Order: sequence, then structure tokens, then C-alpha cells
Amino acid sequence: MFGKLSWSAIPLDQPIPLITSVVLILTILGVLGLVTAKGWWPYLWREWITSVDHKRIGIMYCLLGSVMLIRGFADAIMMRSQQALAINAPGYLPPEHYNQIFSAHGTIMIFFAAMPLVIGLMNFVTPLQLGVRDVAFPTLNSVSFWLTASGALLVNVSLFIGEFARTGWLPYPPLSEATYSPGVGVDYYLWAVQISGVGTLMTGINFVTTVLKMRCPGMTYLRMPMFCWTVLAASLLIVAVFPILTATLAMLSLDRYFGFHYFTNTAGGNPMMFVNLIWAWGHPEVYILVLPAFGIFSEIFSTFSGKPLFGYRSMVAATLFICIVAMMVWLHHFFTMGAGAAVNTAFGISTSIIAVGTGVKIYNWIFTMYGGRVRFSVPMLWSLGFIFTFVIGGMTGVLLAVPPADFLVHNSMFLVAHFHNVIVGGVVFGLFAGIDYWFPKAFGFRLHEGWGKAAFWFALVGFWVTFAPLYILGLQGMTRRLQHVNIEEWRPLLDLSLVGVGILIVGAVCQVVMLVVSILRRDELRDVTGDPWDGRSLEWATPSPAPFFNFAVMPNVQGEEAYWDIKLRAVESQQLSPEPRYEPIEMPVNSPVGFYTAFFATVTGFALIWQIWWLAGLGLAAAFAGFVVFAWRDVHEFHVPAEEVARVDRARRSAREALLERLGQQGAAT
Amino acid sequence: MSDLGLPAAVETLRRVREDPHRLGHRGHGPDSPVEGAGHGATGPARKRIVVGYGFWIFLLSDIVMFACFFAAFAVLRGATAGGPTPRDVVELPRVGLETAALLLSSYTCGLSFAATNARSLLWTQVFLLVTGLLGLAFVGLELQEFISLAARGITPQRSAFLTGFFGLVGLHGLHVTVAGMWLATMMAQVQVKGFRREIVHRLICFNLFWHALDIVWIGIFTIVYLMGVTP
Ligand code: HEM
Ligand SMILES: [Cu+2]
Repeated sequence: MFGKLSWSAIPLDQPIPLITSVVLILTILGVLGLVTAKGWWPYLWREWITSVDHKRIGIMYCLLGSVMLIRGFADAIMMRSQQALAINAPGYLPPEHYNQIFSAHGTIMIFFAAMPLVIGLMNFVTPLQLGVRDVAFPTLNSVSFWLTASGALLVNVSLFIGEFARTGWLPYPPLSEATYSPGVGVDYYLWAVQISGVGTLMTGINFVTTVLKMRCPGMTYLRMPMFCWTVLAASLLIVAVFPILTATLAMLSLDRYFGFHYFTNTAGGNPMMFVNLIWAWGHPEVYILVLPAFGIFSEIFSTFSGKPLFGYRSMVAATLFICIVAMMVWLHHFFTMGAGAAVNTAFGISTSIIAVGTGVKIYNWIFTMYGGRVRFSVPMLWSLGFIFTFVIGGMTGVLLAVPPADFLVHNSMFLVAHFHNVIVGGVVFGLFAGIDYWFPKAFGFRLHEGWGKAAFWFALVGFWVTFAPLYILGLQGMTRRLQHVNIEEWRPLLDLSLVGVGILIVGAVCQVVMLVVSILRRDELRDVTGDPWDGRSLEWATPSPAPFFNFAVMPNVQGEEAYWDIKLRAVESQQLSPEPRYEPIEMPVNSPVGFYTAFFATVTGFALIWQIWWLAGLGLAAAFAGFVVFAWRDVHEFHVPAEEVARVDRARRSAREALLERLGQQGAAT
Repeated sequence: MSDLGLPAAVETLRRVREDPHRLGHRGHGPDSPVEGAGHGATGPARKRIVVGYGFWIFLLSDIVMFACFFAAFAVLRGATAGGPTPRDVVELPRVGLETAALLLSSYTCGLSFAATNARSLLWTQVFLLVTGLLGLAFVGLELQEFISLAARGITPQRSAFLTGFFGLVGLHGLHVTVAGMWLATMMAQVQVKGFRREIVHRLICFNLFWHALDIVWIGIFTIVYLMGVTP
């Protein structure tokens, strides 16, 4: 009746997961209770859960990503403390538990923290920068989000019911085959990643179409802000490589569920085929994460230097270059496979060549600051910390790209330090910078500057204290994923790394405090102009927070920096452009289809994990029924009356006039 | 121009009337920016173009997925583990029949869209129905093939080669099955709602999907079946 599911799946004998999950369940129940008691459900349902507004969806993505970031960070704390405590000692985590933690850490951080945050910012910003009212497929966008949330839910359910994979964040066979991993851990991994992967693929399709087909009048390709270019490149990569992930995991599922022989070490199966396929997705994936971060930094360097981005066209070229070459380097993750000198050399060279594209970008950012009036606000601090950190991470990457050198440090702590160096220094710093930068556009007030700066410095120092020792440990021969260590000489560095984690914890606390303080003091921090940073692209032409239709009248772009040009014209002539004629706006109606799909995806996924076949069948049937019902809807759009549009836009114009007056007085004073 | 009764001619005339600039059929770039196609500085594309464009992108991603299964098949083709070889698996007559059914269905699918363009409900439905029946014949023949193979002990569990074979062919069969369910839904929708804008958009997407599955099948027919019997 319930497949493999029974009471023994609940880890009653293991205190750590048990206590964690009880606390988690209580927290969730508490939140649900509060929402019920306050009667917020109708509001949440109407304004958020069924919303197809790209800004709302973006915010929900960021929320999901932030919560998962904390969950993944908790795993990290446990791993570093285990290694520090387990030098010639057992430590406090038994091997089978430790292995689940490092697998869950990697999976959660990449798929459910970094990806949702990146996609969240893509969602929030891209249509605003392109001067349009929504993405190409708003309802599909909501489906994407809810599928991602469904995957995240399944991973977290594994904490309480059953177990998670012990195979690492990429489940290499034959270890991940049913013979060697008979439990449900790998199945949790497979279905969680599969479900969220479908969501990501649809996001990719959505954003390729949005950028290529949904730009406001005048917005030619070479007038798009840099962030939009990186969104396009990342989305193209998603469309090109996420199907590979889907296919590869489907093959592994066929092996596990039906005894196929894609990757088994019997009957002619080929485990190295898995490794090739998964990295054909995996390497582009790291660029899917980091390219939008590059876009965020490009926006920030130019805004906070008060200059156009240096070498805009070379930046576009470098982005597309990286986008293509990213798909031609995957073999550097397994030089040790034994493909031979010629193959390894070819991939070593292609890997090093990627660094050229990245180098172009670094120089462009530095030259953007050169001669500018640089303001060291929080987003700019993260960006400067990024340049310093990322350059070093890139250089260790080039080191690893040399096959003979890689043979020595492959799968060592040196590798671990490398990829954290680029992912934390590049992606995570970029996300924090971006969140700080666009927060006022989302909520109408800025984040507190002092706490933001504190968070940055603790994160930067904490990062280096944590990971610099790992480089040295790797060179000394320490391999990754060790549950215990029996070399006494490594103790000082492991302890130092733990100290670094302590500093990072302080940084994380600062972030939380920053958020709380900013909310409490939101009136002081209010952004009344809609343009808090003296921005250059179209999102700053809207009021903060942006109205749900973004633009009362679709902008008509006349130059390379859309909003900067408008602003210059206004300051020069000391008046806004004449009031346009307002017309009713057509907007997509809300839709519960995303939530519905995700609900049945979760149920079906859970049923497949535990092999409850009738439930899986039921889930699929319900999904199809839902598809038919939703396809039957007749009303897809509603009209915002012209008066409403006019009311919102007149408020915006009067705020702008006040700003203009202030700028005019400043101009007269100088 | 005397054959006005033919759907294609009706379609051409209608295009010229409604779409004098031949949207989507002219070059990109600044010399010929076309209003409503999302080119250059002309602003967002019309809904029809956005929907079709997005679906094309989806098809490309689907083809990448097939490419993985093709690649796996190619890698595992020789790994027969002492079991059946490609020669033992291929039965050309039946596969020939399958191919004929599928190719014919693509033709009728095209006819159904010509009828849609001429706004003929009856012919749209007739050709969609024929398409669906041909698809059903295809899936039925394939199922028959799988069952008869299994009766001879030829199953994906036997060897990596057979894993690759059943995986690739089965994935395509699954796609055709799902497309068939979509087709049935579309027929019901067209019947009840007529040619509303979004229904026509969905018919465009369905057509693209069906033809794409046909193209993938040509690949399977060639690489799995024809190359399976040639030494
Ligand atoms: C400057 C360009 C870069 C080069 C030359 C480079 C090179 C490499 C090489 C050769 C490896 C494999 C080492 C081994 O397994 O022995 C590697 C691993 C890795 N890199 Fe990079 N990398 C670069 C940038 C990045 C970026 C930008 C990211 C992410 C945003 C990244 C993330 C990773 C990850 C996640 C791994 C290892 C994952 C694992 O094995 O679990 N790298 N890199
Ligand atoms: Cu790589």
C-alpha cells in the first residue's frame, strides 16, 4: 500500500536530524498558524501564491533562495566543525550522516539557494530594464517558481522521512546505482532535482524569448543593459544544457528503478558516460550562475562610478564568448579519466581560454571605475570584494586546468577551495550586491548601510579565513569529503578554517539584523524618488516600489543608456517630458496553475521516491486533468483603466519634479 | 490563381491581406525592421510570434534531450554483453510500416493546419483525427514490436546495448503518446471554442511538436534501424 514507506523511515534514533526536523516543523506550523490567525490567507493567495507578476515571482524566488542558503550554511557549519573535531577522534557525526550532509549541502546550495536567487533577480529586473510589462510567458513563470519550490520541499522532507543521498552533489555511478545505494536517498535527489530542473528549463525558455522578442520600442540589442545580455546568455545555456541534466538523471532513474544498464558496472554499462554527461551540464551550470552575477556587477560598477560601462561592446562579446566556450570544457572535471594526452591537452587549453573572456570583463570593470566618481556604498563594496576574490579563484582555476597539475590536486581540498572561491566570491557576493542594489525598487526603502557594510567585511574576511587554509591543506594532500582525519599536523589549519566559519556566522547575523533594522526604520530609509542610486537603466524610471504594470506608457528608448538620457534631457531643460496620453493597460490575470502543478509534482515525486505506484499514477492523472481544466480558461487578461494608470503615473511625475528641482538647485549652487 | 478553393491558396491570400509585410519572412537588422516581429527597435513582438518563438526554443531543448539518448545509444551500441546484437533486434518490415504511418501523419497534420488557416472547422477536425489515428497506429506497432522482442527475452535489462535501444525508442514513443493526448485535448477545444486566438496559437505549437517528433523519428529510423542491419 505505501511502497517502501514505513514508520522506520522516521529517524527516531538519530538525535540531530530528529531535533532539526522537529524544530523545522514547529517553525513551519508556527508560521502557518500566525498566517491563519491573522487572516492573511486570502491576501497571500491573491497577491503572491497565484501572482503572475514577474516582480512578485522574483521576490518569492529570492525568499526561497535565502531560506535555503541558511539551510545549506547550517550544513557547512556542521561539516567544518566535524572535521575540526574529528582529528584522530570520532567527532560527532557518524559517516553515513556526514555523507548525507555534504551531499545535501552541495545540492541545496547549487539548486535551491544559488539558482533561485539568480533566477529571482533575473525575474525581478529583466522586464523592468527592457521597458516592458512582464516576461513572455507570465503563467509559465509562476509554474517554474512553484516547481523549484516543490524540489526544495522534497529535499527538506528527506531530513525527516527517510534519508538523503550519500553520493555527493553529483551522484556518480556505480555508487549511486541501486546495488550500492539501495535506500531512498538517491531517489530523493533524483526527483527533487528533476522537478526543479523542469522549472529551470522553462525559465530559460521564458527568458530567451523575453529578451529576444519583448523589448520596448527603441531597445535594440546593443542598447540593452549589460545585465540583460548576461540573462540572455545564461538562459541560452539553460536551454542548451538543462535537457542534458534531465536526460542523464532519467537514465540513472531507469537504472535504479527498472534495472537498465546505462551506467552500471555490469552487462556493458558505462559509468564514465554518466560523468561525461553530467559535466556537459555541470560546467555550463556554473556559468549559468556566474554570468548574471557578472551582469549585476556591470550595472553596479557603472552606476556607482557615475560613468557608462567601459567597453560595453567588448563586454557583450566576452559574455557570448564565455557562453559558447563554457560548453567545450567539461572534461576538465575528470582529466584523471585517462582519455589520453591529446584529449586532456585540448580541454586544458579550452579551459584556460575561458579565463581570457573573464579577464576582459575584469579589466572593463576596473576601467569603468577609472576616472569616475566612485561611491563606496554597500553594493559597490561587494563588487570590489568580488574583483579581489574572484581573480584569485580564477587563477587557481587556471592552475587546475593544467592536466599534470590537476592530477595532483584533483578532488582535494584545493579543488574545494577553488570552487568556493569562484562561487562565493563571484555568485554569492554578486547576489548580495544585487539584492542591496534592487531592494529599494522592490520594497520602496533602502537597506541599512551600516549593517550592510558590517556584513560585507565579516563575509570577506570570514571567507578568506575559511578557505585560504583549505588551499594549503589541499596542497598538503588532504582529499575532499573526509569524515575524519588522522594527520595531526593538519589540526592548526582545520581549526583556523573553523574560526573563519565563526566570522562568516557573524556576517550572516549582520545580514539578518540589517534586514530587521531596515524594516523597522523603513520610514527614514524610504526611497521617494524611485532613483535612489542615480541609476542609468530603465528600472529607475519607475517609482519604488514599481507598480504592477511597471510602466504607465511604454518607454521609447533613444540612446545607449535609456534612463540616463531621459534624465539628462530633463535636467538640461529643467522639465519632464510632456504628460503622455494614458490608455488602458492589458495585464495577465492571476493563475493558480503553478501552485496546482507543483502540488501534484510534489505528491508524484514523493510517491515515486517511496515507490507508492498508485499514488504516482493518481498524481499524474490529476496533473493531466488540471492541464485540461486550465487550458479551458477563457479570460487571460484584464484591463487596468486609464484613470488608474494616470493616477499612479502622476504621483510618479510629481516625485520626479521634486527631484528635478533639487538637482536644479544643486546645479545652481556649484 | 484559379485554385482558390485549396487551403494553401486561401492561406496565401489571407496572409497577403492581413499581413502585407510578411512578418517573420524578411531579414533581420535595421534595413528592414518589421513592426510586431520583435526586430530591432520596433518594440515587443505580437503574441502569435512570441508564442511560436518560445515553442521553437522548447523544441530545441527537447531535441537536446533526444541527442543525449542518441549519444548514449551510440556509446553503448557495441556493449551487447554476449546477448542480442542490433541485427537480432531490427525487423525492418514493421519499422517500415511505422515510419510510413508517422510520415503520413505529418502530412495530414500539415493539412489540418491549412484547414485551420482557412477557418474550416470540419476539415481541421477530420485531419486532426486522421493524424491522431496514424499516431495511434504508430504507437501500437511499436508496442507490438516491444512485446514480441520481450517474448524472445530481448529486454533492456539484458545488456547495455538493449538499454540504449529501448531507452531511445521508448522515449520517442512516450513523446508520441503524450502528443496524442495533447491532440485529443486540442480537438475538444477546437470543437467547443472554435478558432479563438489562443486556440490557434496552441494549434501552431502542436503542429510544430508533431513535425519535430517526425524529424527525430527519421534520426532513429536511420541510426538505430537502418544502420542496425547494415554491417
Ligand atoms: C577562470 C575560469 C575557471 C577555470 C579555469 C576553472 C577550472 C576548473 C577546473 C580545472 C576544475 C576541476 C578540478 C578538479 O576536479 O580537479 C574546476 C572545478 C570546479 N569549478 Fe572551476 N574554473 C573556473 C571558473 C569557475 C567558476 C566561475 C565557477 C563557478 C561559478 C567554477 C566552479 C567550479 C566547481 C563547482 C568545480 C568543482 C565541482 C566538483 O567537483 O564538485 N569554476 N574548475
Ligand atoms: Cu568546470
